[in-house]
Amino acid sequence: MPGRPDYLALRELTKTFAHRHGTHHAVDGVSLEVAEGEFVSLLGPSGSGKTTTLMMIAGFVAPSAGAIVVDDRSIADVPPHRRNIGVVFQSYALFPKMTVAANVGFPLRMRGVSRARVKEQVTRLLTLVGLEAYADRRPAQLSGGQQQRVALARALVFDPGLLLLDEPMSALDRKLREQLQLEVRRIQRTLNVTTLYVTHDQDEAMLLSDRVAIMDGGRVQQLGTPREVYTAPANRFVAQFLGETNVVPATVVAGDAGSPRATVAGGLVGFAARRATRAGERVELFVRPEQVTLAAAGERALAGRVAQALYLGDTTRYRVRLGDGTLVTAAVANRSDAPRFAAEQQVSLDWEAASARVLD
Amino acid sequence: MTRGRLATPLLVAPALAFLAVVLFYPLARTVEQSFTDPTTGLENYRHLFASGVYVRVLLTTLLVSGLVTGICLLLGYPLAYTAATRGGGVRALVLAAVMIPFWTSLLVRTYAWQVILGREGPIASLLDAVGVAAPQLLYNRIGAVVGMVYVMLPFMVLSLYAVMRDVDPSLLRAARSLGAPAGRAFRHVYLPQTLPGVTGGVLLVFVISIGFYVTPALLGGRKEVFIAELIQMNVTETVQWGFASALGVVLLLVTLALLAAYDRLLGAESMFAAGRREGRA
Repeated sequence: MPGRPDYLALRELTKTFAHRHGTHHAVDGVSLEVAEGEFVSLLGPSGSGKTTTLMMIAGFVAPSAGAIVVDDRSIADVPPHRRNIGVVFQSYALFPKMTVAANVGFPLRMRGVSRARVKEQVTRLLTLVGLEAYADRRPAQLSGGQQQRVALARALVFDPGLLLLDEPMSALDRKLREQLQLEVRRIQRTLNVTTLYVTHDQDEAMLLSDRVAIMDGGRVQQLGTPREVYTAPANRFVAQFLGETNVVPATVVAGDAGSPRATVAGGLVGFAARRATRAGERVELFVRPEQVTLAAAGERALAGRVAQALYLGDTTRYRVRLGDGTLVTAAVANRSDAPRFAAEQQVSLDWEAASARVLD
Repeated sequence: MTRGRLATPLLVAPALAFLAVVLFYPLARTVEQSFTDPTTGLENYRHLFASGVYVRVLLTTLLVSGLVTGICLLLGYPLAYTAATRGGGVRALVLAAVMIPFWTSLLVRTYAWQVILGREGPIASLLDAVGVAAPQLLYNRIGAVVGMVYVMLPFMVLSLYAVMRDVDPSLLRAARSLGAPAGRAFRHVYLPQTLPGVTGGVLLVFVISIGFYVTPALLGGRKEVFIAELIQMNVTETVQWGFASALGVVLLLVTLALLAAYDRLLGAESMFAAGRREGRA
């Protein structure tokens, strides 16, 4: 069911901290709209402002400027306990002295819900997260993954208008994380709760999200579906932060035309520009390793020599040195019919014009 | 393994020897003396409990110590909370304010209170200036309690701070986000987490208070006599070593009874820096 597109709206949200050497913009004019029922991740390195943004929405950090609007209502003056927002913390923040059931029932008890109804709702949520058998345990008696699920159940039991998660998986090991990611996604879809998820793990953000907001320096660098931000990064930061990318120096030969071309180490290749370029301009082309096609010498536009061949099981990563010394990484899927190259072997390579980008 | 089994007794031997000489032996002698000096039997204890004076002094000691403990808790909890939850500058200020008197001579601090609370002191002058007759602040219960609270406060604050420092700050945030107003979040979530610090601090302050000598003697005067003063009097003035020993034994037994009660309720382990393991989820 498609909800309203601006269920949660951040408008020019800003948080500045004063310190000895001036002011620091932790969050610097973030504007963002999240649709009802949508799952959006804030993805960025540490210090990019993503957690501060989340804490402002939850009401624990007062914004310096800007507005937070939920369902057409500004929540600037609403205290945290009346915002009706479920929050899952990095440390889970389960109440150690209470049982699992008491933890999950806490928000309902605070709302004066009847005992019978609390019990019913707690059972419903614990069943949803698969922990109905653990109702009488204490948090300390649970594994990290189980604690995480209790925290999720507790944040959802009161049917919050919004669910916020602050790096909830960062303390878990990789296997468990993957399993829980799928579960979080299933639960979020089941309840159709509008969700904002803070993470620095790009695989996690891609897997979970309808859209991803890439953050750096307190600003949203790009907002888009996982495919959009990966294949069409808006700027250098996004291109280099997400996955791996080759940065290839090139000289534009033909600029504005429908299919711009450039020379790289003496060879001619196509590229796609987000902005107008002119002939003779020095640019950098951003190319993902899996977009590079590697072939025997002379077959493709650019000539090079294999500097290193790394076998990784599903792919082989070739580091190829071009004539001008530029290193280009090519990731080749290890299909049985894929050509193989050895170190020091002469090869050639190129890419689809659309996959090489000139970025600001 | 073999080395470890041998090493442990060797490592604790010096400490045990030291305790044997300076604690266990004198303690045993004190207990013995209370039953044998001047005559063998329960005479000292009979005298102690028969005379209303000594029982009253013991009750005064317990009452004033209880009062001091209560006031220390009321003053110390917000102080420790501030130190544990605020950032660097505020924390450093609170801890310094608590610790610096802690490092100053007890006698100096007690004489300082004599000046502050005295007839010519700043409090009396201030009250005079606004035309209020200054009440007697020195050589009575007020003086004793004020001086003792001042001395005991660091023990309370440090006990609480050790526990509060380990409470996950996101617990309170979690409670707020889940619909608890600030007061209820504190009562339901924060307070239970800090109870080991409360009981530890209360016990520490109370136990030290009932054995207190200098401060009640100098600030409480003749009206607020503590049991420690009686012991001192019996040793130096009336030279009744056996009776002084009996008083000491009773004081020790009261202290041990309190410790036992504490252990029953909470486990002795949780007394110092308690709740640390539980504090983290």
